[in-house]
Amino acid sequence: MRIMRTGAAPVGIVLALALAGCSSLEAGGGGSDAAIDELSIVVPAGPGGGWDQTGRAMQANLQDEGLVGSATVTNVDGAGGTVGLANIANASDPNTLLVMGLVMVGAVETNQSQARIEHTTPIARLTEEQEVIVVPAESPYETIDDLLADIEKNGKDVSITGGSAGGTDHILAGMLLKAAGMPPSNIGNKLNYIAYSGGGESLAALLGNNVNAGISGISEYAEQVQAGELRALAVSGEERVDALPDTPTLTEAGYDVVLTNWRGVVAPGSIDDEEREALTTAVTKLAESDAWQATLEEKDWDDAFLAGEEFDTYLDGNIAESLTVLKDIGLIR
Amino acid sequence: MDNFSALLDGFSTVLHPTYLLWALFGVFIGTAVGVLPGIGPAMTIALLLPLTYSLEPTAAIIVFAGIYYGGMYGGSTTSILLNTPGESASIVTAIEGNKMARAGRGAAALATAAIGSFVAGTLATVALTFLAPVIARWAVQLGEPDYFALMVVAFITVGALLGSSVPRGLAALSLGLFLGLVGTDTLTGQQRFTFGVPNLADGIDVVIVAVGLFAVGEALYVGSRMRHGPIKVIPIEKGWRSWMKPDDWRRSWKPWLRGAAIGFPVGTIPAGGADVATFLSYASERRLAGKERRKQFGKGAIEGVAGPEAANNAASAGVLVPLLTLGLPTTATAAIIIVAFQSYGIQPGPLLLQNESTLVWALIASLYIGNVMLVVLNLPLVGMWVRVLRIPRHYLYAGIILFGALGSYALNFSPVDVLLLVLIGLAGFFMRRYGYPVAPLVVGMILGPMAEDRLRRSLAISQGDLSYLVSSPFAASAYVAIVVLLALGIWLKRRERAQA
Repeated sequence: MRIMRTGAAPVGIVLALALAGCSSLEAGGGGSDAAIDELSIVVPAGPGGGWDQTGRAMQANLQDEGLVGSATVTNVDGAGGTVGLANIANASDPNTLLVMGLVMVGAVETNQSQARIEHTTPIARLTEEQEVIVVPAESPYETIDDLLADIEKNGKDVSITGGSAGGTDHILAGMLLKAAGMPPSNIGNKLNYIAYSGGGESLAALLGNNVNAGISGISEYAEQVQAGELRALAVSGEERVDALPDTPTLTEAGYDVVLTNWRGVVAPGSIDDEEREALTTAVTKLAESDAWQATLEEKDWDDAFLAGEEFDTYLDGNIAESLTVLKDIGLIR
Repeated sequence: MDNFSALLDGFSTVLHPTYLLWALFGVFIGTAVGVLPGIGPAMTIALLLPLTYSLEPTAAIIVFAGIYYGGMYGGSTTSILLNTPGESASIVTAIEGNKMARAGRGAAALATAAIGSFVAGTLATVALTFLAPVIARWAVQLGEPDYFALMVVAFITVGALLGSSVPRGLAALSLGLFLGLVGTDTLTGQQRFTFGVPNLADGIDVVIVAVGLFAVGEALYVGSRMRHGPIKVIPIEKGWRSWMKPDDWRRSWKPWLRGAAIGFPVGTIPAGGADVATFLSYASERRLAGKERRKQFGKGAIEGVAGPEAANNAASAGVLVPLLTLGLPTTATAAIIIVAFQSYGIQPGPLLLQNESTLVWALIASLYIGNVMLVVLNLPLVGMWVRVLRIPRHYLYAGIILFGALGSYALNFSPVDVLLLVLIGLAGFFMRRYGYPVAPLVVGMILGPMAEDRLRRSLAISQGDLSYLVSSPFAASAYVAIVVLLALGIWLKRRERAQA
């Protein structure tokens, strides 16, 4: 008993250290004949979120498929991912991948981050999720046209809720108003965007009928739409989604807007062509593997694999477009 | 009573020797990790969640319920014994609980926290069983002005924490409000007072501030007094009968019930979560205490531990109401619970009770069992935890600083947080040295940003029309209640003075 009494605290320390160790040093088995022996995956967000799940799914599949000798995941949280971005921009180990996506594109601008995505080496886009525009079930708006016409007419009387300011939801709201024909200079005066820290919180405002419309990822609102609490007006991808088969895409509804919340990986800016090739090959093989496809199925992620020059072009376009919209909204000058 | 038979089914699933062992395991490991300073329930669950992945869904949910309650209780243990709250909801517990521990009444504080958590947790789980759908419907109708009204009520409770010198209390509160401003503004995405340091962009974590002010500041203060001779430690009485004296029971049971009554509804509405409930409970206990007892507040009043701890646990059960019935996560812990559910293949939402009723009722039954296990496991351990205080001071405080630094580092795995902890710890030392209370600072830091966001969102929706703030029945009645209570307080004081 004596040991037990004084031993309780040390047991706690050992446990905590062991757990902390698990999260950062999940090294796999010994060496293999893979081109990359040790891969380090940096997740620029805390455990549990979308980026983290992507990073950990990559880690597991890359190791299981023998595409890398071992892979570790490190969480570097903060400032919409830009703390992790700064970390990778200065990384010296070429075998490093940073999980990132559209959210980071916006965060770089709103946070006026010193580190920019252009300072990294793009590797691939992996998954995407469509956005959905919803209204409360009792709302008078039946179509996306109704909603946009009312904003055109009554401006800020119409409030739209969604995730953080300058995030994907906010950017889509700005793009919609622009596509509806409102002059860019006037979008800041018409859009009354009520930002919450996440889609879940904005849901409460929608269900309580305290705001007029909401924009967020499909996974945040789909359940409520199926339950009849919310009505989906449109989705933001190129094709309709399985979860909401009756909801038209924005393109079908006559608005030239396609925006998906995509996730991908980039490498340090300093790597040479050979090192880039090795990383791209590993990630391409991963994306094509049955195991990865099974993961996508299980997590309900859409496959959006894009690598090489196509991804470079896509990323450049994406950054330029986001910058324009953020300026229109009035978030940055 | 449909729910009742469904709950019995849930119990028949869960009451199985293997599952009971899993429940005990969950509570044990939850408590063990939860007692580490700086590691609150959300962190505990996030760290331990992977452990449950390998289990089949029912066992996983049972372990999870155990971790949830264990993590929460573990947080109170460190608050009481070491003055290091692991999360915002146990800050109030530290105020009175640590004073009790230093007066040699740590066992009573731990016992009233454990039993109070059990009583309130059980009551709240019963309420969850029967009232969940009704309450969820009501709660979701509350809008931004209603939440702002609730924040105003919570702010008034800060008055109870100001201490003997009002100007010093207000100075500490203002500093807290300022620290709350640091970081990215939710509504516009603009950074405030971050001085270009990316690590400050998400604001200063309130856990770092709490651990810095309470634990590190305290350790430095004690260190600075060491050369004035050893600090008197009042020995702990032996034997479990002495943990809670009849008088302690008499003083605890009403706060437990009131705590449950305050905690459950506050946890249910998608507003601040458990921390607001603990502030409200503390303030009402202080107000309701007689003249003699009120003097004990700030010096180790058992009501100040019993009430907030009960409120904390009841609120944690309340948080599950919007989560299970509407799929709304209203706290950080609830957001992690959603991740847990998704990993068990359950999608929280309005259809959850229909689609997954077996698992949901198994979860609710697990919560009852987790609650019982908590008391079974922790009451016998109270004596053991209290012995922590017998560790020689220099070892103990060195350990506290180490744990505090470890906990702060573990929040984001960032050395900047450890540096912040040191700076805030120094500030805490000087505040203590010159008689400034630290509690208002922490409370201001928690409530300030919440109130600001709610107010600004209200005004954004109404486009600057102030009358919107009092347009809803809930908000209007809250303000009327505040005015009436304040007027009543002033009138009573006048009458007292006139009689004297």
